[in-house]
Amino acid sequence: MNLKDLADRLALNVLQPVGNFDAAVTGGYTGDLLSDVMGNAKERSIWITCQTHENIVAVARLKNLAGIILVNGRKPEDPTLGKARDEGVIILGTPESAFAITGAVAGLFGRK
Amino acid sequence: MKTFRADLHIHTCLSPCADILMSPRSIAAAARRKDLDVVGICDHNSAENAAAVAEAAGRLGIRALPGLEVTSREEVHILALFDELESALSLQEHVYAALPGENNEEIFGLQVVASADDEVLGTSGRFLAGATVLSLADVIGAVHDLRGLAVASHVDREGFGIIGQLGFIPADLPLDALEISRRLTFQEGRAAFGRTRPLITGSDAHFLEEIGLAATCFQLEAATVREIGLALRGLGERLVLS
Repeated sequence: MNLKDLADRLALNVLQPVGNFDAAVTGGYTGDLLSDVMGNAKERSIWITCQTHENIVAVARLKNLAGIILVNGRKPEDPTLGKARDEGVIILGTPESAFAITGAVAGLFGRK
Repeated sequence: MKTFRADLHIHTCLSPCADILMSPRSIAAAARRKDLDVVGICDHNSAENAAAVAEAAGRLGIRALPGLEVTSREEVHILALFDELESALSLQEHVYAALPGENNEEIFGLQVVASADDEVLGTSGRFLAGATVLSLADVIGAVHDLRGLAVASHVDREGFGIIGQLGFIPADLPLDALEISRRLTFQEGRAAFGRTRPLITGSDAHFLEEIGLAATCFQLEAATVREIGLALRGLGERLVLS
């Protein structure tokens, strides 16, 4: 599955479109403690979080994550948006909770 | 130039997570027992007990600096320390306007406002344990606008520490210092965190017996935030000694 399929199937909003929508997504990771995400997220995962600080862009790049989903209708802060555009990190959004969207992503990967 | 022993991170009975016995007079007495010259009064998102502790501590010859421990929207704790009570209260006003919710005493604890003579003046109904909607940059900017010092609290702790929450410290964030918790020695803290920014340590006392368990020694002309700021930057022979 690529990022575009995932965004379409989960009806995610595209908050920052610059980046590679054709990139393969191989799993997901959910977390708001960035130190934990840095330690445990696997590359090419889609990252589900409520953190909107600009450091999320650096963490996504560092871990080579497929993209970021912001939950609960949260919007990236302006510096976050600028950095994500510069670095090509796609940011998606959903009005759903982290629990609900994590379940939906897990469902796409065959874990129910 | 004199040496001042400072524990710049002390809570009072106003913080819901702090012991009810953390009253102004008891804090002042404990600070004297621990040979502290300076204490920083930093309740969660509030400075409502700062004046009372300053008065109680002043009677014992101890300088109590008014401050707050602000919770940013990223759930990072920032110590804000000031020379003037008015500045701390201005920041408090800014924080209160950005702090949603009400306290639930059964879950979070009592938030007691006290006098310098340890009388209970009332309780705060605000959700002081909560997070503000202010970004880290907003908080630090507001502190600096009021000529205060902004210090990232307990950077070695995962919960509410800037590195735990944000993975690393943004290079352009104008923090005046990092605080290590009392779990680390100053030497350990310096090795782990002290390469790029000035370092202090503080007890983060929530109980009387924790006051002074960690303290920073400064070489200063006087016990003021302005002087501590000079020491953090190593200016004018002001120094952070240990």
